Amino acid sequence: MAPKAATGRTSRNPDLIRGVGKFSRSKMYHKRGLWAIKAKNGGVFPKHDPKPAAAETPAKPPKFYPADDVKKPLANKRKHKPTKLRASITPGTVLILLAGRFMGKRVVFLKQLTSGLLLVTGPFKVNGVPLRRVNQSYVIATSTKVDISGVDLGKFDDQYFEKEAEKKKKKGEGEFFEAEKEEKKVLPDDKKDDQKTVDAQLIKSIEAVLDLKTYLSARFYSEPQFFISKFCFME
Amino acid sequence: MVKGHQGEGVRSKSNQYPNTSLIHIEGVNTKEEVSWYCGKQWIALLLHLGQVPRPHGNSGVVRAKFKSNLPPKSMGDRVRVVMYPGNI
Repeated sequence: MAPKAATGRTSRNPDLIRGVGKFSRSKMYHKRGLWAIKAKNGGVFPKHDPKPAAAETPAKPPKFYPADDVKKPLANKRKHKPTKLRASITPGTVLILLAGRFMGKRVVFLKQLTSGLLLVTGPFKVNGVPLRRVNQSYVIATSTKVDISGVDLGKFDDQYFEKEAEKKKKKGEGEFFEAEKEEKKVLPDDKKDDQKTVDAQLIKSIEAVLDLKTYLSARFYSEPQFFISKFCFME
Repeated sequence: MVKGHQGEGVRSKSNQYPNTSLIHIEGVNTKEEVSWYCGKQWIALLLHLGQVPRPHGNSGVVRAKFKSNLPPKSMGDRVRVVMYPGNI
């Protein structure tokens, strides 16, 4: 007899206390109607044949055993997360760069890349800062914001900024005698075009705000009499 | 970059602890103002890099730890604080 689903079924033998039922074994035999099942089956409980075991495919012994037991390195399941972005930095915020070639420049934040670095642009026409990646630590956020809703940033990611793999030079006799050709790193035209497209949108938003362009062109600098600790970068 | 002067190392009456230097930053005169600088990096003599961990006393002097101890000869010399790592 196929077992019925037990939904909604309570035990016929209520517990007096945990582990002690109300009815004895013989009473339960009668309650469950086991006598009727036996009678139906000719005086014995019906037996079910055991299910045939699934045929096992014989495992092939491996052809090759390594000479020594080689230890497998533990699997590294770490996933890289981008650095948590400070609350003060949102797309369109004007940032002040604190280090590097463009130290002191005020710059527009575009988006955070998957590596955690911030994608930033001058815009180039305004202060000479190109599309660039910057670490969050080397930046002060201001409360000034630029509208960047019209800018398409989908194509910019860390791959875009990676150095092109240098082709290995084959050493030949002639190489030693030739004057070393200095290959100038010229920015490819498509990158220049990307800069122009992004900046075109930004410059429109910037020119709409009074004095913002002059603000972005100016560098930030400090002198002792400025009392930087008292500066209010965020209003 | 903000300028400062290097002072002595941290010391008690008879014992000196040269691993920490005291630095006076120009324009910083109270303990509260120092908190802005905490965590920022130093550059001393263009060679030594250090960090501003905490103020020293009430008048804006700062304790700084450098990668290698500052030479005692440079006491009174110029020291610079840079503004990174930024925190704002």
